[in-house]
Amino acid sequence: MRLRFFGRRLAMLLASLLVASFVIFAAMYLAPGNPVAALSGGRPLPPSSLRILEARYHLNDPFLTQYWYWLRNALHGNLGVSILLRENVSTLIASRMWTTAGLVLYAALIIVVLGIGLGIVAGLRPGKLDTSALVITAVSAAIPAFVAAIALILVFAVKLGWFPALGNGTDLVSNIKHFTLPAIALAISSLGIVARVTRASVREESGREHVQTAISRGIPTRQLIRRHILRNAAIPITTISGITIASLIAVAAVVETAFSLNGLGAYLVQAAGSKDLAVVQGISLVLVLAFVVVNVLVDVMYAVLDPRVSLGSRAQ
Amino acid sequence: MTTAVALPVLTAPRGRVLGRLKATGPAGLISATVIGLALIAAVFGPLLAPHDPNLPNLSLSFVGPTSGHLLGFDYVGRDVLSRLLVGAQSSLLGPLVVVAISITLGAVLAVTAAWRQGTFDTVVSAGLDILFAFPGILLAVLATAVFGPGLTAASLALSVAYMPYVARVLRGAALRERSQPYVAALEVQGASAPAICLRHLIPNLSPLIVAQATVTFGYAMVDLAAISFLGLGVQPPTANWGVMISENQTGIAQGYPLPALAASVCIVVVVVAINILGERLFEQA
Repeated sequence: MRLRFFGRRLAMLLASLLVASFVIFAAMYLAPGNPVAALSGGRPLPPSSLRILEARYHLNDPFLTQYWYWLRNALHGNLGVSILLRENVSTLIASRMWTTAGLVLYAALIIVVLGIGLGIVAGLRPGKLDTSALVITAVSAAIPAFVAAIALILVFAVKLGWFPALGNGTDLVSNIKHFTLPAIALAISSLGIVARVTRASVREESGREHVQTAISRGIPTRQLIRRHILRNAAIPITTISGITIASLIAVAAVVETAFSLNGLGAYLVQAAGSKDLAVVQGISLVLVLAFVVVNVLVDVMYAVLDPRVSLGSRAQ
Repeated sequence: MTTAVALPVLTAPRGRVLGRLKATGPAGLISATVIGLALIAAVFGPLLAPHDPNLPNLSLSFVGPTSGHLLGFDYVGRDVLSRLLVGAQSSLLGPLVVVAISITLGAVLAVTAAWRQGTFDTVVSAGLDILFAFPGILLAVLATAVFGPGLTAASLALSVAYMPYVARVLRGAALRERSQPYVAALEVQGASAPAICLRHLIPNLSPLIVAQATVTFGYAMVDLAAISFLGLGVQPPTANWGVMISENQTGIAQGYPLPALAASVCIVVVVVAINILGERLFEQA
């Protein structure tokens, strides 16, 4: 049964990627503008070189054939050439990938440690602490990443000077320094959401009968929290953390732009503005791939935590 | 007889909306008021603005508040308060379009899938699962790369990206509603499927639809503001809260953050209000 569930998820993953790649290719194919003009930089070409270009890029083949060529090349790691930089898109992506990955992982760490931690504490202790956590998370959940970015730059870079405002940094220590404010900006809204869901599910589990029974049996608090409350609450917490962290992959574009980080997202935005379509295609494909893979990982973790999921019944 | 049936139908919606708002408690009422004020600014902004929002005066660049200009001037010396009031329109219109399209499409798909079940439902559900592959912002950036920067392309792209989330929630609720005895009773009486769906099923789902629309509005507002901040949405010199943040970013480094912060506060306050109201509406639905 479990194998069937994972097989089904894997098939969905491949289907999503296939459809996504088709949409990405079709969108660029339909984009207004002449591909030959884009390749030649707008210069008029003699018919002979025109024919060479048309043959090399399969410009006269039917749409589906062109898609097939593009997909085959993409699977081999060949994503075409940037019109502006005259460089392979794969090379350009590879050099920027780690900035985005590092930023998202750093933000994910903040969300998991602070968001879940705050949620658990607030869920276990009703009262003033809980109320203030509720208010703080309601506001932080509503702060868009770019608003957080400018507020953080203003306070911690311009006024206090604790962190650099812009750029990537050179070595590991300066990298961490440069990435701290962007990671907080990226994390802040998801942190609020994760903390609220964690709090709600911890609170709900604590009120369950099996927990009351465990208390009456005199089970030590520490064990009670770990084995009876958190183990059950882990399911919604994992889901919401996974979903919000996956969504950061796209939101990173905003934060990278605000902090002038040299990442995939900021490059995607630049390329979209300057109509460097091969770059837009390539980065979109990579980001969709990452997004879908993280989502599948969340589903798999969900099934591991709650066997009912892979057995076909719905978990509450 | 006919009037007796028609009357409650005619009077019900207004009473229900007010009653539902009151039931959301003080936090819900305050949130609704904030949203109402923002909507007033969106409609009447150009009339309310004390000055021309597009009249630059470089000698007043980043000058602080004066008696006639309560929030001071932006990077090219335009009145910040006027730009905020006028900018409400382009900041709220996009999310409104996203909500209208994604909720309509999502509701139609969800109710049809829940009604017909079987193969149609399986195909729709699989299609929705595949659409989840696109994060909203990414699809919006993709759309602006193809069709050129602007609110229209970004809003349409976000509508498509949000639709599966709406449809998934509504499909579950529609399935539960579909199995209620009253639906079977109506079918036995010979009511047609569209009539049952339009007159009974969708009205019964309406609290959930309203809650879903409210939450979607909040997400769309943040994403569209981000797109405008990135320079791919609303184009300057049109006043817009997202654009105001990006064009006044230089003020932050220069120690004059007021214009960027004022626009940020507008976005955050409206989104907080929408989230609180949405949360309350979901609790009731």
